Amino acid sequence: MADQGKVDPMHQFEVQKMFDMFHVGNHEVAFTTSALWMVIAGLLLWAFMIGGMKRQLVPGRWQVAVEGFTGFISSMMNANIGPEGRKYTPYVFSLFMFILMLNVLGLMPFGLFGLHPFTVTSHFAITGVLAILSFAIVLIVGFWRHGFHFFSLFVPHGTPIWLMWLIPAIELVSFLVRPFSLALRLFVAMTAGHVLMKVFASFIIDGIAAGPAIGLGVGLPSMALMIGISGLELLVAGIQAYVFALLTSLYLNDAINLH
Amino acid sequence: MPQISQFAESWYAASQIFWVLLTFGFVFFVIGRGMLPKIEATVDARDRKVADDLAAAKAAHAAADGLEESYRQQSEASRAAAQKAVTDAKDKAARDAEKRLAKVDGELADKLAAAESEIGAARTSAMAEIEAVAAEAAGDLVAKLSGVKVAVADARATVKAVLHG
Repeated sequence: MADQGKVDPMHQFEVQKMFDMFHVGNHEVAFTTSALWMVIAGLLLWAFMIGGMKRQLVPGRWQVAVEGFTGFISSMMNANIGPEGRKYTPYVFSLFMFILMLNVLGLMPFGLFGLHPFTVTSHFAITGVLAILSFAIVLIVGFWRHGFHFFSLFVPHGTPIWLMWLIPAIELVSFLVRPFSLALRLFVAMTAGHVLMKVFASFIIDGIAAGPAIGLGVGLPSMALMIGISGLELLVAGIQAYVFALLTSLYLNDAINLH
Repeated sequence: MPQISQFAESWYAASQIFWVLLTFGFVFFVIGRGMLPKIEATVDARDRKVADDLAAAKAAHAAADGLEESYRQQSEASRAAAQKAVTDAKDKAARDAEKRLAKVDGELADKLAAAESEIGAARTSAMAEIEAVAAEAAGDLVAKLSGVKVAVADARATVKAVLHG
């Protein structure tokens, strides 16, 4: 909350330093609220996966849930890349589960218990690192497997000779834009959703503060919208994690199979 | 927007990058590389087991079908054999009966012929006796009526002529 009891919808995105750790050059590395939520997400994910490690022939509920997630990503890799995609399943699975966990954790109503909920994936610094990681893997795999032949990616099948000066340039730009679109999509979707929720929440609070008439007229519809938007945001949390993983797998397919 | 404005703070970018690499590294190496392959292996093993069991069930089904087919063929063959045995027995019995009937017929015919010949003989002897008696009676009648004695041989010849037309 900012001054004068106003709700600042951007305040929730502020990363707070919890304690200092060490310096790299003149940059200071600290343990932050963002780091705390990432550690929590990693541990929760690990705890979730432990339940799938019973390796029973006839799985229990938990094992079915874990195998549902692994099977979802495996079949996606298989559909998009083929049998060779199996090698990259661990990376895409980690990416999907990590982003999904961070997205969902950011939506949990921890504020009810006085905790400070924080959506790690609403930070460009985080989504940027993950996108660059994906892009770097695509580049490394592409050049490793195809050498300089990888540049033929910029010349799609059936390009007319007289367009050879234009198409590769467009393809190159669209290729180079990939990490930015990957990072921006997740960051913007998360930020926009949380701003929207905060704005509607402030409508409810301000409406109630303005008296019963406005409270009912503004607060109730806002509350109804809020419930709907919360559901929508849960959907977006899943979809954005899926889109990130899906696009990574498609980019990997370009690098592995090279049309 | 803190996501952008906080880049100005010297600790923000370094901490974010450090911690995302650290935690994602943990997720990738411990969960993605460590746990995921084991879970996938479990799923694969289960899929293979299900496929194997299905194949085994299919094979057992086929074997059962073959068994049933061979049983059906066997029972059909034995039924045919039984039917053949029955018809053979029937044929044999019919032939036997025919043979016996023929034999009995023959015997009966023999007996009949013997009886007929006996009857014929009896009839001729009876005829002869009748001729003798008739000749005698005729001789006697002639003697009584006319007092003429008729020689036995004449009487006999006349009677024979009358009797046999």
